[in-house]
Parts: sequence; C-alpha cells; structure tokens
Amino acid sequence: MIKVEGLTKRYGGFTAIDNISFEVGKGEIVGFLGPNGAGKSTTMRILSSFMPATSGRASVAGFDVFENSLEARSRLGYLPENVPLYTDMRVTEYLSYRAAIKGVRGSRIKERVGDVKELCSLKDVENKIIGTLSKGYRQRVGLADALVHDPDLLILDEPTIGLDPNQIRQVRELITNLGKHHTILISTHILPEVEMTCSRVIIINKGKIEASDTPKNLVDRIRTSGGIRLEARTGEDTGLEQLSKIAGVKDVAVENQGDWKTFLLRTEANSDLREEVSRLAGERKWSVRELTRSKATLEDVFVEITQADV
Amino acid sequence: MRNFFILFMREVKAFFYTPIAYVVLFYFLVLTGFNFYTEVMLLNRGPVEITVVEAFFDTVLFWFSYVLLFPLITMRLFSEEFRMGTFETLTTAPVRDWQVVLSKFCGALFFYVVLWLPSLLYFVIFQWIARTDAARSPGSYWGAYLLLFLMGCFYISIGCLASVLTKDQINAAVISFTSITLWFFAGLLTFIFGITTPAFKDFISYISAVEHMSDFSRGIIDSRPIVWNITMTALMLVLTYHVFQYRKWKT
Repeated sequence: MIKVEGLTKRYGGFTAIDNISFEVGKGEIVGFLGPNGAGKSTTMRILSSFMPATSGRASVAGFDVFENSLEARSRLGYLPENVPLYTDMRVTEYLSYRAAIKGVRGSRIKERVGDVKELCSLKDVENKIIGTLSKGYRQRVGLADALVHDPDLLILDEPTIGLDPNQIRQVRELITNLGKHHTILISTHILPEVEMTCSRVIIINKGKIEASDTPKNLVDRIRTSGGIRLEARTGEDTGLEQLSKIAGVKDVAVENQGDWKTFLLRTEANSDLREEVSRLAGERKWSVRELTRSKATLEDVFVEITQADV
Repeated sequence: MRNFFILFMREVKAFFYTPIAYVVLFYFLVLTGFNFYTEVMLLNRGPVEITVVEAFFDTVLFWFSYVLLFPLITMRLFSEEFRMGTFETLTTAPVRDWQVVLSKFCGALFFYVVLWLPSLLYFVIFQWIARTDAARSPGSYWGAYLLLFLMGCFYISIGCLASVLTKDQINAAVISFTSITLWFFAGLLTFIFGITTPAFKDFISYISAVEHMSDFSRGIIDSRPIVWNITMTALMLVLTYHVFQYRKWKT
C-alpha cells in the first residue's frame, strides 16, 4: 500500500530524513515511532503529497506521490498533526465540503458524512461551529475528515495528542476497528497504545529507520528485556553480593526501607530468574514479601533504540 | 471544473461566515451612498457639463473607499489558510493548485460584484425621482461597470498575491493597500507634478485608473485599458500561483 525507497528530505543544511526505505502492506496497522524531530511528520507529509522529497521515491496504492499526486491523494486520508480545520464552519457542513472535494459524489456525500459522524461519535455536535468544539471533538472531526471518502489508506499524525484518557481509549478502539478494512500508518508517543493496536512498528530516529518489526519481537530483542523486583528482609546478608552471583543477572540495585530492602535486578533477555532468586532466598532464610518479574515494554525498546548514543 | 466549483462555493460562503462581509457591505453602502448624495446635491446647484454617472465615479470619496476595499476583501484569502494550517488539509486533498488559486480569486471577485450591485439602484432611483437620465447613454453604465469589473480583477489579483506572501492578515492588508495606493497615485503623476512630456503623459494615461474611468463613464470604451487590466490580472495570478507552489515546497 505504501512503498518508500531511499527517501531523503533536507531543509537547507538540515537533513530531516535520510535515505529511508520501508513498505506497508495492505491491511496492516503500522505504528510510526520516534522522538520529536525524528522525521515522522516529514515522512507523513511527503506521503500525503504535502511536500516533495529531496530525493528518493514514495508511492501510495501504486501511485507515485509526486508524479501521480492527485491519484495518490484521492486514495489516502490524512490527519495532520495539529488537526487544522475551518473553525468558522459547522461540523456537517465541513465534512460535506471535504467529502465533495475528495471526490465523493451526489447523494453518496450525505451517506458518507452520516457514516463518519456515526463512526466518530459526532452526532451530538453535528450542527455546532467547529471553533466552539473542545479539543477532543476537533480531533474526531479531523479523523472523520480523513475517513470521509473511504480511503484505502489512513495516515494519522498523532491522532491522540491532547486527548484525555477516555478519549484516547475511544480513538484507540476506533482505530482498531478501522484496521479491519483500512491500511493505517499512525504516529504517536503513547506507546501502550501502539502495543495494543499495531501489527508492526517502525522506529525512526534522527532521520533513519532504527527498527521495523512486530511489537512483540522488538520487546524480545532488546538487551534489557526485563528485570526482577524483590522485596525481602535479608537479616545478616547484604543481599547484593548473593544476588549478583546468580547466572544471568547483569546488575542489582538496592533501596533500603528500614528492615526491608527492595532489590531491582536487571537480567539477560528472555530469561526468567524468579525460581533461582526464590531458591536463594530459601537457602539464606530471607523473608520475602514480593517477587515479581517486570516485563520490558515498548517504552523500554523506544528508549534503548533512540537513546543509544546519549 | 467540479473541484473548482466546490472550492469556489466555499470561498463565497467563507465571506459570509464571518462578520467581515456584512461590515464591508454596510460600510461600502454608506460611503457610496454618501458619495452619490453629495454628487447629486452638487449637480443640483446649477447647469453642468457632466452627468451623474460621470460625477459618481470621479470623486475623492469614490476612489478613497475603492482602494481601501481590496485589502479588506483579499487579506484573508491565503493568509488564513497558512496561519490556521488548513493549507495542509487543502493541498493534501486531490485538488490542483491552480484550482485553489483561481477559486480564491473568483470568490473574492464574486463578493466584489455583490458589493457593487446595490449601486445600480442609485441610478434607477435617481431616474425615477428626478425624471431625467443619469447618463447621456446606456454606454456610460456599460463602460463604468465594465471598467469597475476589470479594475476589480486587477486589484483583487494584487490582493491575492499579497495574501499568498504572508501568513499574517495584517501584513497582507498593508502590502496590498500600499501596492494598490502607489499604483493608483502613479496614474496621477502627471497631474501632481504637472509634467507635460508627451511620452511620459502617454505612458501614464495607459496605466491611470482615474483617466480610464473618466473615459469609460462617458461611454468611451477604449480597448487599451481592457487589455491592460486583463494582462495585469493574469500576471498577478500567475505570480500568486507560483508563490503558492513555492510555499508548499518550502514547508
């Protein structure tokens, strides 16, 4: 659905994206992650034909975004980062205008506008002026706009920014539902959301693609894929030296809370050392009140990949 | 063509979403009405050589409100799209850049025409009450309103160019107001400095809005001002189109 080959964009002397290539297949929901300024928005803006690339090629649904821009544009729904809307129009009026301009014809306009209002829960505000709507509603109007011509591909640049937790959940459910019939490329900073919704993640940093895989594989792959938390009363022992001797433990940090100590163990990837820790505690007669394994999350992956050279 | 029409309709509606249209309409009616009133009163004092139509289009008040009008109509056109970011949703929809530029130009032109329509009533009412013609021949109306339309095209296209240059409406208004005013006064140079060099006078009369109007409102429809205004409009719109594309490429 999306094909990007050797895409580069320079602004003056600054290289926003540097020779990136990736593909997104039909029906995928791909999370596009990266720190601010990594080049996410730039890539999305090139894909949506808003700006041309300095070099390289990109195509949407088989149409080059530069040479066949109109064809490409009519096949994608794009939600820009700050959700620009005509604030002096009413919701229904705006969506009808957008549907018409994107090539929906005649009576289909009313039908489609009705559908997207339903889908994005905009029925209560359909006659309100967009300028009077809250951030959450505006975001949904933007999303409805992106959907109104029933495009094959959706490009959503931070669709949940500025929303409250309930609204984030609604948008997430909406996106998951949309994923059944649409291909979606979504950028966001809310990583648990990506873990839940996306079938694949592309991580971009400083204009280069650092990783592209399923969320699960990414989590499994990173070095610090987890750790163990132990709260125990160790009596005479310091605890530190005994714990560090367990094979597979990379390092141990300790916090004292009166009699009790909290140990945080960093372990090798894919290893579960809870059994060994429990055995050790038994041998040394420590009283244990908590022993848990903390799983690495996409957040850890994100931090590790994007902060590698800090 | 279909896209152009949809964009055009939005542009026209956009004037009436905000109070600007109503304020401009009101203020303009007040000024032209006052202008008409004073002209008729003046002509009423004694026998004169000129007709009501000629007098109406040849006053300081007419020209003053005229040059002030265009920044008000056009400042919003592109600037607001840049400022609000709707430029991005607009240009990522499957529309061509020339459709956008032309629809904005035509939308403003449409509003300008609407603005002038009530003034036709002045002459109708005058004829009805005074039982005398406001002009020597229908040619005066045709000439005056044709030139109004053509000058409107030219000055609106200057406004478009000013608006596409900046994302600040005030900047756009200042740029177009200054350009239009300077242009207008350039047409008065021979009059201001009393220059009589034939070549210079010819050149000035080619671009002078005031001279054009005094001819056209007498029913003398000269092809040169027609060609001049159309050419300049086309030039301004082409420039607008290129700046528009440039801004898209630059962002």
